[in-house]
Amino acid sequence: MMRPVNLAWFVASLMVTVLLVAVWQWISNHGYVSKVFLPGPDRAWAALMRDYGSGKLFTEVGETLLRMALGWLVASVIGIALGAVIGISPVARTWIAPSLELIRPLPASAIAPVAIVFLGMTDNMILLLIAFGSIWPMLLTTIHGFSNVHPRLDEVARVLRLGRLERIYKIALPAAMPDILGGLRLGLTIALILAVVGEMITVQGGLGSRILLAARAFRAPDIFAGVIMLGLIGLVTNVALSALERRLLRWQPAAAV
Amino acid sequence: MKALKGFALPIAFLVLWQVWAMVVGLHSDTLGAAPVDIAVAFLAGIRDGSILDATGMTLTAAAGGLAMGAALGILAGFLFGLLPPLSRLSRITVEVLRPVPAVAILPIALLVFGFGYAMEIAIIAFACFFPVMLLTEAAIRQITPRLMEVARVMRLSSVQRTSKIVFPAVLPRLFVAFRLAAGVALIVSVTVEIAANPQGLGYRLMLAGQSLRPADMFATLFWVGLIGWALNWALVRTEKKLFPFHSLRRIEE
Repeated sequence: MMRPVNLAWFVASLMVTVLLVAVWQWISNHGYVSKVFLPGPDRAWAALMRDYGSGKLFTEVGETLLRMALGWLVASVIGIALGAVIGISPVARTWIAPSLELIRPLPASAIAPVAIVFLGMTDNMILLLIAFGSIWPMLLTTIHGFSNVHPRLDEVARVLRLGRLERIYKIALPAAMPDILGGLRLGLTIALILAVVGEMITVQGGLGSRILLAARAFRAPDIFAGVIMLGLIGLVTNVALSALERRLLRWQPAAAV
Repeated sequence: MKALKGFALPIAFLVLWQVWAMVVGLHSDTLGAAPVDIAVAFLAGIRDGSILDATGMTLTAAAGGLAMGAALGILAGFLFGLLPPLSRLSRITVEVLRPVPAVAILPIALLVFGFGYAMEIAIIAFACFFPVMLLTEAAIRQITPRLMEVARVMRLSSVQRTSKIVFPAVLPRLFVAFRLAAGVALIVSVTVEIAANPQGLGYRLMLAGQSLRPADMFATLFWVGLIGWALNWALVRTEKKLFPFHSLRRIEE
């Protein structure tokens, strides 16, 4: 439970947010900034409610969420599996890891044009884009986690005569868990960004193409409604993964970092 | 020897790619391109200046956005770090704004500024602002209390305290924040150019892909990767040179 002092700060902080929204409304009402650029929160809200009523909101949010989740899942599976192999084997580290360092600084969206040439403006192209971009944090954190297992844990594994697979499953994976979960969370953030980028480029539905089309048609309230939904998706998924992280890592002594 | 092994895989990949292209008989008007064609396209792009022009545009926008976002982020980070009540009051606002993907504000920036540098710089600044602000605030929070006690004992004014104690103490971490933000700036600038803004390397990449010039497309792609790699390398080196004893390199990823 929140302590009363913290609750007071929470309420005060909420008030500040409400106040800022009120200022936004006030600016918009008095026309200090052209309504073409800055519709008030009331009009953004109206746009949201209209789409909520027609069900368009759910289809668009659903499309974006689905792409983000699929791409992220593909990236997670490949990233963690590949990361485990590279992290465990020193041979793989010397041969493969430098290549990864060469590819990593490449902005993920830069492969979009290449993906379009080979896959066209399709859902698969967006998925490839998301998977390619969000694989890095998971891959790197998994490599880090697996290659930094405490030597004493390795000794325990040897004393217990664990087989290679057992050692991975019972010792290395739990030890690497905090790193991997951190990577998963970072990867999800990137997945959302790239889902939006992919949708903007291909205009295949979803929130990304919706806000870009709204900009071309000068429908500012629609843009703000879309941006609000995107922020909400980012916020909710991040909070959910953080909660999962805390739950899965309950067994770890606190502040082990 | 170890470094050589690291290069084995990329080189083998390029050789296989070239051999495959020669066996299948790829020409530059089909979808693929052989590494040799890509090198030729790259040299042509350098010679007619188009690659360098595009690079200049992308880096200008990235630098402008980075300067603006980092400056505002450091300023806000200092305010929040030195005045904890202010930080607590704005926590919810920050937590609500932070998860908004930077590219999501692209349409708003497009409406306000139209195509060009201003719109790109605004988006990059937005993307750089939050990480720099949060890292700055965290850096100030982690100054050892003893330094602040020293400041109190010496009766420093708050301006003196900030400039003589706080700023030097957080400088190494500020540089880490700056380095991370520089990476973000480059990524966002290329992304914005690919998604909407018709200028710079991202647009060159997109245009080459759409007009079926795969050699040109791959040449630009490799060039973008090289720039990203070189930027990171240079910043990491600078950091090690400037702050050789700093032990906080852990947070770099």
